[in-house]
Amino acid sequence: MSVTAPSRPPSPAVRGRARPPGRQALLGWLYATPTAVFVVLLFAVPLLLVVKMSVSRWPLLTGDQGINAPDNFVKAINHRFFTDSVVFTVKYTVLATVLLLALGLGLALLVQESSRWNNLLRASFLIPSALGLASASLLFYVLYSPYASPLAPVMDHLGVTFLGSPNAALFSTTFLIVWRYAGFYMVLMLVGLQGIPADVYEAARSDGASRWQTFRKITLPLLRPTLALTTVLCVTGSLLAFEQFYILTKGGPDNSTITVVQLIYMVAFQGQNDLGVAAAISVIVLLALILINALQLRAFRSEES
Amino acid sequence: MAVLSRSSSTAAGGPPSPPDSAPVGPTRTNGVTIAGIALRTPYWVFTGAVGLIFLAPLLWTAVASVAPQAGTSQTDGWGIGNYETLANYQAGIWCYLANSAFVSLTTVALTLLISFLGGYAFARFRFPGRNILFLVTLAILMVPYATLLIPLYVLLNKVGLQNSLVGVALVLTMFQLPFSTFLMRISFEAVPRELDEAAMVDGCSSFSALWRVLLPAVKPGLITVGLFAFLAAWNDFMAPLILINDTERMTLPLAVSNLRGQVQGVVDYGATEAGVVVLALPCIVLFLLLQRHYVRGFMSGALKG
Repeated sequence: MSVTAPSRPPSPAVRGRARPPGRQALLGWLYATPTAVFVVLLFAVPLLLVVKMSVSRWPLLTGDQGINAPDNFVKAINHRFFTDSVVFTVKYTVLATVLLLALGLGLALLVQESSRWNNLLRASFLIPSALGLASASLLFYVLYSPYASPLAPVMDHLGVTFLGSPNAALFSTTFLIVWRYAGFYMVLMLVGLQGIPADVYEAARSDGASRWQTFRKITLPLLRPTLALTTVLCVTGSLLAFEQFYILTKGGPDNSTITVVQLIYMVAFQGQNDLGVAAAISVIVLLALILINALQLRAFRSEES
Repeated sequence: MAVLSRSSSTAAGGPPSPPDSAPVGPTRTNGVTIAGIALRTPYWVFTGAVGLIFLAPLLWTAVASVAPQAGTSQTDGWGIGNYETLANYQAGIWCYLANSAFVSLTTVALTLLISFLGGYAFARFRFPGRNILFLVTLAILMVPYATLLIPLYVLLNKVGLQNSLVGVALVLTMFQLPFSTFLMRISFEAVPRELDEAAMVDGCSSFSALWRVLLPAVKPGLITVGLFAFLAAWNDFMAPLILINDTERMTLPLAVSNLRGQVQGVVDYGATEAGVVVLALPCIVLFLLLQRHYVRGFMSGALKG
């Protein structure tokens, strides 16, 4: 396969392409074909199918039984756990996002300077993030149990359990999530902090600004793009919480910790076996997520101006 | 070949990032005074305690899994009773390890191949539909996991890939594509075009230029992509939970999580601890070996915003 390439570097006007456009397009598609096949068959088609399922009667075992719109959406919204799961998911999302962003920024400020000790600290903050969420949840399942936990005597003494009451279960699960993800958010915050030019701090110091003033008036405003990104990531991740509650609390006690994604799983595969209603909740979650992310991005943008 | 081995030595054996040495203080200060050390001591104690909070759950689980504990398979003295119980649980740990290894390695291989070719296409070629395909690939990130798993369950069922480890690997590969395609695209874009154009002027086809000249240049990107694909696939819980029915086809996270409901809701905490250790070990080893690539992967996520 000989290539008819010009021996001179091509003019920058055509962005340095050596091949004729037709051939280039063909080769480009050739290399992009595996991506396209995966994206179409395993993403685009399922996405269209879930919309179709959401307007069809679709029991798990018998499959498609024809259009029944809008029954699935009515059933989804009237599901006895729908409102509770939405409220709980939002509550958990606010708690997890506030704690993770604050702690991520705090840890980043703590280990910002580069030294061997700080490198060691960064590594220990990051190690939990290498664990799977399921593994971390199983670890804390044992750690929180009244039988096997090293904290069992303390629990006995105080008469509390980590997962026994709705609030305790929420806070215990949030602690696990903070432990697992704080290092990840620390890295993102470190990247943001490194993007703030040193001479801005110099100027603040020569103007006699206190540490707190510098943080409020310089660090936080200049960190806004990072804060926007981390907020969007954290809110999205928390709204879709599943494993941690599925493994740690199984939705209990008294069905108080059912998240929206858990509800989708329950409706689809545990008892009710109704894929149509599960698809309807999925579509609602997808639309809500797009709306929430659009609103967040807009809020961060308008603050900027 | 010379190029390849040289770049591999810089990729793998660069600065000694794993924290192998004892925790010593910052060495960069030119005059370490007694007063300076006294001033820094509370800082070291505080940060050390925070670091320990992150390490303690992992260390405790590793110790508890071999420590004597009532109600487990290891009641008298220290030993590997819990690991023996785990090894013989249901289809046996070797079966689950093999399943997890198969899913993880298939996902890594497919992700590397697809994003290597796709990243090249997006970075170096102009072809119709290029921007659309790239945006749709990134849009996978926007769509909740559960939203796609319900229709994927139906679709894979139709083609005989539901309840199959191949099906799980295909789904996990698709979920890796936004991150890995993005990372490979910026990896290729960071390589000067003159490099592959010079190779093609010398008579290389675009494929052999890709293979011989560009592959070594984007190797760090490939290591990051492979690392994240492995961690995601090894640890994934929800895809096998929904797609796999047979006990002997389950992956390790599912099998370990099933230990909890073994006999009438009696939980074998000891075997669960052992399972967490087996699940976490490869992740932590990879983290320590490839820490720089791991952090870079997170950082490229931050730059995207």
